[in-house]
Amino acid sequence: MTPADSLVPASRRNSGFTLHRFANPGRFLRLSGAVLPWVAIPGIGLTVAGLIWGLAFAPADWQQGETVRIIYVHVPAAWLASAGYAMLALCALLSLVWRHPLADLAAAEISPVGAVFTAICLASGSLWGRPTWGTWWVWDARLTSVLVLFFLYLGHIALVHAFDDPQRGYRAGAILALVGVVNLPIIKFSVNWWNTLHQPATISLFGAPTMSLAMLWPLLIAALGYTLVFVALVLARTRAAVMERRIRALLMARAELAA
Amino acid sequence: MKIFRALLARELRLSLRHGADSWAALLFFFVAGALFPLAIGPAPDVLARLAPGIVWVCALLAALLPLDRLFGADYEDGSLDRLLLCGLPAAAMALAKAAAHWLTTGLPLLLAAAPLAIMLRIRPTALPALLAGLLPGTLTLSLLGTAGAAIVLGARRGGVLLPLLVLPLATPVLIFGAAAADAAASGLPARPALLLLGALLALALPGCALAAGAALRAAAE
Repeated sequence: MTPADSLVPASRRNSGFTLHRFANPGRFLRLSGAVLPWVAIPGIGLTVAGLIWGLAFAPADWQQGETVRIIYVHVPAAWLASAGYAMLALCALLSLVWRHPLADLAAAEISPVGAVFTAICLASGSLWGRPTWGTWWVWDARLTSVLVLFFLYLGHIALVHAFDDPQRGYRAGAILALVGVVNLPIIKFSVNWWNTLHQPATISLFGAPTMSLAMLWPLLIAALGYTLVFVALVLARTRAAVMERRIRALLMARAELAA
Repeated sequence: MKIFRALLARELRLSLRHGADSWAALLFFFVAGALFPLAIGPAPDVLARLAPGIVWVCALLAALLPLDRLFGADYEDGSLDRLLLCGLPAAAMALAKAAAHWLTTGLPLLLAAAPLAIMLRIRPTALPALLAGLLPGTLTLSLLGTAGAAIVLGARRGGVLLPLLVLPLATPVLIFGAAAADAAASGLPARPALLLLGALLALALPGCALAAGAALRAAAE
């Protein structure tokens, strides 16, 4: 062992290795194939259970009446819209700093899923706003920043597919995703900074929830289900992308042999 | 620093010789601004209410116009590779490009904003706040635009993609810029919004330069 080696702790020396273990597409396909059903089936089950509980059995709100049930669709989608962008940014960092090939594929697959969850969040919020606020849309800080998040997702999708060389698309998309991260704290704190129509957070990690447990439980179950569904969708899409890449490589090899 | 100045001088000389590009942006700014009174009617009180917002939106769109040529010509004829090898970090090169973009587009827009705003019947109290907001605002837009132009470099339909990427990121600039002018028009202090614009500029200066530098290196690979 050289002196320079001994300066690096053993755990650090292996960290690059552990990260890149999953870069092997064969290993990723085997591992994700084993994990996927364990994520997808509970995800769908919990989502359905949480939504049925929330939509049919949870109590109605004393002020908002039955319209409050939209939160079981809206709030988990909003959480996942932001968390999905954080995942996208993490993948972007992995791909820019460590050139991790799977991070590129995962980032390209996260953004369509994130865009769909953001669209669900915007649409359900709009449906809730009509009876509660009396309008489909207001230019409130929270709504506007989530709309910007939606555009960032769409821009990322368009950018990744705009290059003839997919590798360049991944790099450009990663840079864009990292620049767009400034929007995440704006979304989170918009309700505190601008005291506009959208209410501030009801649930926080620290401190007691300010909603009834009869409503909180279905919400948390639906949120867990949404999260698992999100992860399952991204895993399945990434698997499909890996296989698509393999098929393309095989076809190219065959075409070269024939030529 | 010497290379930085030389690069900036090169950009300015190039834009001086292709003067039409800068003029086109300025002309677009005026024509687009002049469309609003035709579309919403010439009533002075309505126009006065809308004037800061119109000037801001037109400035934002006009600043986007010359962006696809910012790196495009250098990328096509290969001088981008030479520029990246001239000893300047890629981020500093992007900064020089952003400075050139501001001097050839942002500064003329800033100068033209006052006449346009007066033609749109802006309240006299709002004009200083509007111009004070446009100064950091156009600088931030140049930086954001440079980053966007570097990111879409080499993409198909890059010119269409560029506004799609830059405009969502530019919304905070628009919001605080228009808020400063609106506050001044209704007799409130414009200072908080102007300070936030300054903060955005301070954030964009390193952030956009680094992003543009990374994108340029990726494009030159």
